[in-house]
Amino acid sequence: MLQIEVKDVYKSFKDVQAVRGVSLAIQPGEFVALLGPNGAGKTTMVEMMEGLRKPDSGEILIQGKNWKKHERELRKIIGLSLQETRFAEKLSIRETLRLFAGFFDLGNERVNEVIALTGLESKQKSYVGTLSGGQRQRLALAVALLNTPQVLFLDEPTTGLDPHSRLDLWNILRLLKEKGNTTLILTTHYMEEAESLCDHIIIMDEGKILREGKLEDLLDEESHNLDELFINLTGKTLSEVPTLIP
Amino acid sequence: MKPIQNTQLYQLSKAYFLEIIREPEVLFWGMIFPVLISIGLGLAFTQSTDTKFHVLMVTEHHTELDDMLTEYAKTSQNKNGNELSVWKITDDILGNTEFSFERSDWHSAIISLKRGEAELIVGDSLGELRYHFDPHNSQAQLVYMKLSALMKSPATTGSSDSEAFIEPLTLKGVRYIDFLIPGLITFGMMGSIMWGISYTIIERRSQKLLRRMVATPMKKTNFLIALMVVRTVMNIVEALFLFFFAWLIFDIEIQGNIGALFVIFLAGNIAFTGIAILISSRTSKTEVGSGWINAVQMPMMILSGVFFSYHNFPEWSLGVIKLLPLTAVTDGIRSIFIEGAGWVEIITPTLALTAFGLICAIIGLRWFKWY
Repeated sequence: MLQIEVKDVYKSFKDVQAVRGVSLAIQPGEFVALLGPNGAGKTTMVEMMEGLRKPDSGEILIQGKNWKKHERELRKIIGLSLQETRFAEKLSIRETLRLFAGFFDLGNERVNEVIALTGLESKQKSYVGTLSGGQRQRLALAVALLNTPQVLFLDEPTTGLDPHSRLDLWNILRLLKEKGNTTLILTTHYMEEAESLCDHIIIMDEGKILREGKLEDLLDEESHNLDELFINLTGKTLSEVPTLIP
Repeated sequence: MKPIQNTQLYQLSKAYFLEIIREPEVLFWGMIFPVLISIGLGLAFTQSTDTKFHVLMVTEHHTELDDMLTEYAKTSQNKNGNELSVWKITDDILGNTEFSFERSDWHSAIISLKRGEAELIVGDSLGELRYHFDPHNSQAQLVYMKLSALMKSPATTGSSDSEAFIEPLTLKGVRYIDFLIPGLITFGMMGSIMWGISYTIIERRSQKLLRRMVATPMKKTNFLIALMVVRTVMNIVEALFLFFFAWLIFDIEIQGNIGALFVIFLAGNIAFTGIAILISSRTSKTEVGSGWINAVQMPMMILSGVFFSYHNFPEWSLGVIKLLPLTAVTDGIRSIFIEGAGWVEIITPTLALTAFGLICAIIGLRWFKWY
């Protein structure tokens, strides 16, 4: 059975069409990157898969179940890290994890495990307000991993981080990949992140999938890396910020 | 059965409680500040101090007041070096009254009146006294009445007659501080809930933390119940703290039923929690939330008789004022504190407050935007 199945999904906000007829299928244990520039529709697509937004049309199934009928079940098997979530500043890392562990009926044992997995042992008593950007992202990942999720969604987990913090986070995700129990859907606009971590890459722009497949299948003589491929597909680079004024 | 520490409600309540107590300002505004207000206002309204009235004289001719001032008043100077005639009337029951008369021209006298430096202007018409004051200003009225009475019988110095008819009440519960403390308790309850719950919800929505929480199996009702439970416990602690100091300093007593007091206090918490959920149900902007909180709180703060009786407002408005939640809870708690009220008297306001809170909460939850 497919881990995630998206069938011809559309979503628009007022006069902006964020997602236009996306269909995709993700196998269990796969690490998938949704790659595209800012405004490509990656976050909207992932939020619909996470059950936080409803598509205007189309269908999304996680392990063959839809969000409308199986929300409680699905909430227990997914983990996620959203863009720009700010945890309570006056709680420590351990207290934050203990709070979220309570939502899954989990106790201290699991909190200790994720603290060790994300390398936050020395900071576990520090208030969230005192953490660096990298440490906050590791906390967000630790929260996402609490319930040992079968499907993990990470929305731009390394945006704004320095190279060292980014590498730290990649190493944690590689450990997760080695265990093989988790399907990862990662949105990013860093091509090296997609190349380094993911088996399957989906390139999106303007709400549509432009190309998808394994890295080696996507590259050819004209496109030696993902950035070149993206330029060949769209005429712009991945790092280009879309202009708001036409 | 799973340990209580692993339950959602316990963890949510604990996290919210820790967040509150780790903000020292919260403890100051919630506990120390109301005590300081009660001490300040309590002392201001219970100490017997001399009452001073400033009267400006713009007379052009010699009047009977000039003769009386010559006989009864002493001459002194104010801080600007202007000459004053000070007429002091001693009264053991009502407290001493001191009139200070200052000569002025009409223009300066009007400016002083506008600034609130004086309450009354005395002029004359061919030597006959004329009193000029705002008839809607009760303080000015009082000065006029006291002064005109004094003019009729200056030799009495105001004390001997009144002693014959006035019997000071020494009953418990008739002092201003007895009136004030229940008002401060309910006012604190409203502020604590409106800011504590509304602001917390709006802030967490703007931080996308609400969205992160509902992306787990967390029960949404647990989140709101935890906010209310922690806030109610904090309100009980704050009310006890204020009561303790009021008892220590002013010998305040609760004359009615303690159980009934607890029940109407809880009903007040339910009412304000419902309003707080309703006004924070959609916005993610803290500025909008602050506006709503002020718009709801301000009229009740002014009208509901927290600091002064609302019976001074026009008769037609009293029916509306009595329907306000803060009025209902303040009247209920005050009646237990100073009138010795019990279960029978608080049944109606308790049911009304609870129903109002539940209706607001239900409407708020139907509109509620978790993300």
